[in-house]
Amino acid sequence: MTATMPDWKKAAYIAAQAADARVNVELEAEGMTLNIGPQHPATHGTLRIVCRLDGEQVIWADPMPGYMHRGYEKLCEVRNYPQVTTLINRIDWLGSFCNEVPFILAAEQLMGVEAPERAQWIRTIFFELGRQANLILFLGDVGTQLGAITPVFLAFRDREHVLNLIESATGGRFHPNFDRIGGLKDDLPKGWLDETVGCMQRVEDFCDEIEDLMIGGTIFQQRTRGVGVIPAEVALEYGLTGANIRSSGVDWDLRRDADSPLAWKHADWKVITHPDGDSFARCWVRLQEVRESAKIVRQLCEGLPAGPIMAKVPKIIKVPAGESYVETENPLGVMGYYLVSQGGLGPFRLKIRTPSFNNISIASWVLKGVYVPDVITILASLYFILGDIDR
Amino acid sequence: MIEAGLFGLEFAYWTSTTIKVLAALVVVPSGALLFGYVFLFKVMSGMQSRIGPNEAGPFGTMQLLADGAKFLQKEDIFPDGADRKVFAFAPIVVLMSTFLLFIVIPPAKNLQVADFDTGIFLALAVSSLSTIGVMMAGWASANKYSLIGALRAAGQLIAYELPLVLAVVGVVIQAGTMSMPGIIDAQRDFELFGVGVGGVPFVVPQFLGFVIFLISAQAELNQAPFDMPVAESELVAGFMTEYTGFRFLTFFLAETASMVAFAAIAATLFLGGWYVPGVDQLHGVMLGVVGVAVLLTKTMFVGFLMFWVRFSNPRLREDQLQRFAWIGLIPLSLLNIVLTGVFKVVL
Repeated sequence: MTATMPDWKKAAYIAAQAADARVNVELEAEGMTLNIGPQHPATHGTLRIVCRLDGEQVIWADPMPGYMHRGYEKLCEVRNYPQVTTLINRIDWLGSFCNEVPFILAAEQLMGVEAPERAQWIRTIFFELGRQANLILFLGDVGTQLGAITPVFLAFRDREHVLNLIESATGGRFHPNFDRIGGLKDDLPKGWLDETVGCMQRVEDFCDEIEDLMIGGTIFQQRTRGVGVIPAEVALEYGLTGANIRSSGVDWDLRRDADSPLAWKHADWKVITHPDGDSFARCWVRLQEVRESAKIVRQLCEGLPAGPIMAKVPKIIKVPAGESYVETENPLGVMGYYLVSQGGLGPFRLKIRTPSFNNISIASWVLKGVYVPDVITILASLYFILGDIDR
Repeated sequence: MIEAGLFGLEFAYWTSTTIKVLAALVVVPSGALLFGYVFLFKVMSGMQSRIGPNEAGPFGTMQLLADGAKFLQKEDIFPDGADRKVFAFAPIVVLMSTFLLFIVIPPAKNLQVADFDTGIFLALAVSSLSTIGVMMAGWASANKYSLIGALRAAGQLIAYELPLVLAVVGVVIQAGTMSMPGIIDAQRDFELFGVGVGGVPFVVPQFLGFVIFLISAQAELNQAPFDMPVAESELVAGFMTEYTGFRFLTFFLAETASMVAFAAIAATLFLGGWYVPGVDQLHGVMLGVVGVAVLLTKTMFVGFLMFWVRFSNPRLREDQLQRFAWIGLIPLSLLNIVLTGVFKVVL
């Protein structure tokens, strides 16, 4: 049959036959392999999840990160300490300031420097603003993943208030690069504190709105309740952190439980947990965390102590030889920096522990046996950021 | 079949056919443009606290035309391994069913493409033709997302065709006819408990039917919260994933124009169509213009309800929407028929 065809047609014919054969093999075999990603609207980035499907049911699923690996740990080794913060801002790009703090704390620990009281309080305020910017976008995005198109626009609208605050104080909307070893780059601008207290009201209004519009809604609850249940023991085994483990009922928050120089201990707030461990619990816990975060910022702004914002540090920063590990409770979970110094201008080795990498590793366990629409629900509620997985 | 005239004027067969074809070619795309502009752009952006398109033309009115021109410039891609003939033909099947939907809708008195005795059921029957096109598109694309989307669309059609038809049965019992102009006349003459000079629209006695019809139409049209077949966060674009350029535009046009058609059908069945008290005092072209304007207003109202639901809800999962149809809507619509029958006999 192919003898009378022109060349291009022959090639197309052979390709079509091969495609048919492929389809037939897959139909005869047990189930069908579906690549969700690396280019797919639900993975907001380049995560690839290989699913074996039986009908619409997932037989097994395997997350394959690495499509956005940027080699930050290696890049940090050839930079000096002030330059490193610029890089690590880009790990979790939605709550950038939170990435800087644990690294700076690790370096300060090695140098034996302690930032002044006021700097620690302002660090905490920015840390919480970063958390709000991050989680507000999560609350909108989870709606998009479930098919509601409106919440994400409200989220972008109200996240802007928080980003404006960060920008007006640091000059960077997304990547403040504001934290320095020994303190902060600048003091706060005039009137910033009042504006921040006013803005927290808007953040709380957003929480109420999103609860009315989406999280309290019947369809949202039907889609998320009982979907992707992670019991506390399994969550602990897989090393989940952050809101993911608190929504499985584990009452553990480094802001309260770790001995940190930051100012959370001066504010009155609650650690939110939920006993269910399903997708709804994860969304609900994050919603409440935004509210608690707004509470923390308001209290810290009102009680901010006066004083210097920078400790005495040499102009050229050299960290003495040694090792230190500092972790903090970031928007996505526990983030830690293991810093090894040999006394040079930059880190000798920097190991970054990012929360999303561990949080997504449970996917192959939790996705087993669910349906394709629930894959999206579970991934959305586990909440990962690709930069945070691959760094 | 009764040959309906245009404003009661007499035309030769070929003249009237040409006029009808031209009218259809104008009405379907311009209806789609109207819905697309008003709801997809302006109402949606208003609900989402953003501005929406405002650069192309006055208030962004030309945006859809600009988008259409953009689609025409796109490369026409056939996926490797696609069944080329079926792939190319599928959007036309979908669009054809949309055109057929408009046949039986009367925009004014004596203004209709064709008046069938079983008009409303013809509309419901041709609306399910589009699913054949969707299945063709999904199968011929040689894409797993397309296939899953097409199968979901077929399952959804079977589930929601039933409550749609059963909701219409209530209206048919109430009106005593299946012809669309007949249903409008029945609403003009209808009196509820002796009240109602100039008629009562069927939305009052058939409110349950109206709600069921709107929900099922939403599902027929694959709109949120029933948009599992095109769920963009999981299936990319469902059966349309592999389509580009003009073929994608055809799907989009068919989808939006079908919404116009279903909104117009709902307006005709439940809100009295082109009729408001006093409009039948008018004659000739004036009657046509006012009738079209009245129907358009009612259609826009129904369209607003549909898009309102679409913009504010997450989507249901496949099993949930099946359960909703089989144990929620279908028993309710059967109950609606029983109640309608009882009232019809008693009153």
